[in-house]
Amino acid sequence: MDRPEYKIIEAMIVPNSTVLDLGCGEGDLLYMLERQKGIKGQGVEIDETAIYSCVAKGLNVFHDDLDNGLVDYTDKSFDYVIMNQTMQEVIDPHKVISEALRVGKRVIVGFPNFAYWKARFQLFFCGRAPVTPSLPHQWFDTPNLHFLSLADFRDYCKNQGITILQSAYLPDHFLVNLLPNLLAESAILMITRG
Amino acid sequence: MLRQEGKSPGSGVGIVKTKYFTFAEGNERFNLTLGGKLGPITVAYETYGELNEDKSNAILIVHALSGDAHAAGYHEGDKKPGWWDAMIGPGRAFDTNKFFVICSNVLGGCRGTTGPISLNPETQEPYGLNFPLITIRDMVRVQRHLLDHLGIKRLLSVAGGSMGGMQVLQWMVSYPTRLLSAIPIATTLRHTAQQIAFNEVGRQAIMADPYWKSGFYYGGYIPAKGLAVARMIGHITYMSEKSMEEKFGRQRKGNVSPFKFTADFEVENYLHYKGDKFVERFDANSYLYITKAMDLFDLTAGGKPIEEIFKKVEAKVLVIAFKSDWLYPIHQSKEIVRACKKAGLQTTFCEIYSEYGHDAFLLEVEEESHLISHFLNKVARENDIELSDLG
Repeated sequence: MDRPEYKIIEAMIVPNSTVLDLGCGEGDLLYMLERQKGIKGQGVEIDETAIYSCVAKGLNVFHDDLDNGLVDYTDKSFDYVIMNQTMQEVIDPHKVISEALRVGKRVIVGFPNFAYWKARFQLFFCGRAPVTPSLPHQWFDTPNLHFLSLADFRDYCKNQGITILQSAYLPDHFLVNLLPNLLAESAILMITRG
Repeated sequence: MLRQEGKSPGSGVGIVKTKYFTFAEGNERFNLTLGGKLGPITVAYETYGELNEDKSNAILIVHALSGDAHAAGYHEGDKKPGWWDAMIGPGRAFDTNKFFVICSNVLGGCRGTTGPISLNPETQEPYGLNFPLITIRDMVRVQRHLLDHLGIKRLLSVAGGSMGGMQVLQWMVSYPTRLLSAIPIATTLRHTAQQIAFNEVGRQAIMADPYWKSGFYYGGYIPAKGLAVARMIGHITYMSEKSMEEKFGRQRKGNVSPFKFTADFEVENYLHYKGDKFVERFDANSYLYITKAMDLFDLTAGGKPIEEIFKKVEAKVLVIAFKSDWLYPIHQSKEIVRACKKAGLQTTFCEIYSEYGHDAFLLEVEEESHLISHFLNKVARENDIELSDLG
């Protein structure tokens, strides 16, 4: 499976670190990180079928709901907490992000940018909720409970005293870096508290 | 829900025989957790597969309340295989082409291991209620003696459901350095009031049977009715409302006329049948002692904080629970997972969708096999275990 954001996340992670992947799906990212970076990984996933795929890959995974919280983990118990394409799907993203920042030294979030120019175009000129490669669902069948732009997330970090350590955008093109809130389909940010 | 993995399940382990091992003989006595002493102790056990040269591929299977050492294969002349045959054998979850699988009857049992039905060497009569109270910890300590006898220093895994799961958790606590992994299924860190309550009703049914005679009934009539009723209560708790409804509904049996308190509903008939079958193979006093051991089980005893429970454990853990299991509900398995998390253990938890209730741990073979076989392979790989590989 060719997931360009996996390469970006892989590049952000230091070898032999500990990683908690919230909403790890079938575990492809964790499996790649275990193999390429020698990380010690733990996944959390709500879908039972996906759990079987994770176990087949030899991953440690909890069948659980992210909104249930990470209360059982002590502060900074992981080097990285990953929330790739999951933040917009949880009921209470603020709570989950805060908890992720508590248990992880660093948090990597990946999300679709609602202010991507194609999305803006569809909303502005067609008067329709946008359907783009990074937001591929219709309004009635989307797993996304929250829609946010890159600028929204930057504002959130500023208000919450969260530091953005690294930013990467897709598509991976130098022009996207000039106006990411307009040109990026999705964003991957590494953040930390303080 | 799962795709078949292309590997055929094979034809099982074939004909097997129960073996026996005796310890705590002569002046040597086995000290029990609650203060009693026992000796000699005989352990009935079976093994499947081959132990490798460095004795590192052994897996201990621990059974539930009514189980025994005969987990897989067939005894000569039997029509029914062991109680977890679908899970143990060549190409199965506990793959006997790779692993050496051991299962023993628990202390206090009535299927070959020393229990209340065994002869008390001091009186040359069956122990009856002179048998001392036992605990899950005692059962596990007896299993450790068996492993010492077999020369196995470290288990690749220990696995079991229900009361078997309690033994798995006790293994983690009692012998943290003697196991590489653990698979507790549909179980709990401690019995709750509801679980104790169901067991107590079962015990009271036995003790209310006039043939029970304060436990000294051997050689005469046995408290068959009481034991059958205890088993009937058990069976109700092992199924879900839905699985019972699907299996029996309000179906009636033949043309028996109702209201004469005969077993006219199919569900009644089923419970009677299960109760009567159980009496043929189980001892009422063993039922009392073993259910009491389950009720006494509490790894959080004395207000032990959850992060302390598995403090010394290094084993990798696979916790499995079933959605419709109301006897050992999901939240109890999640508590085990919490304890593992707090101890920093490498843990996997899966809640299998099933409508079979607590019985699911014996029935959801495909899902369990997938999880367990991949998990065991990973444990073997991580620890460079040389597998028998007779396949």
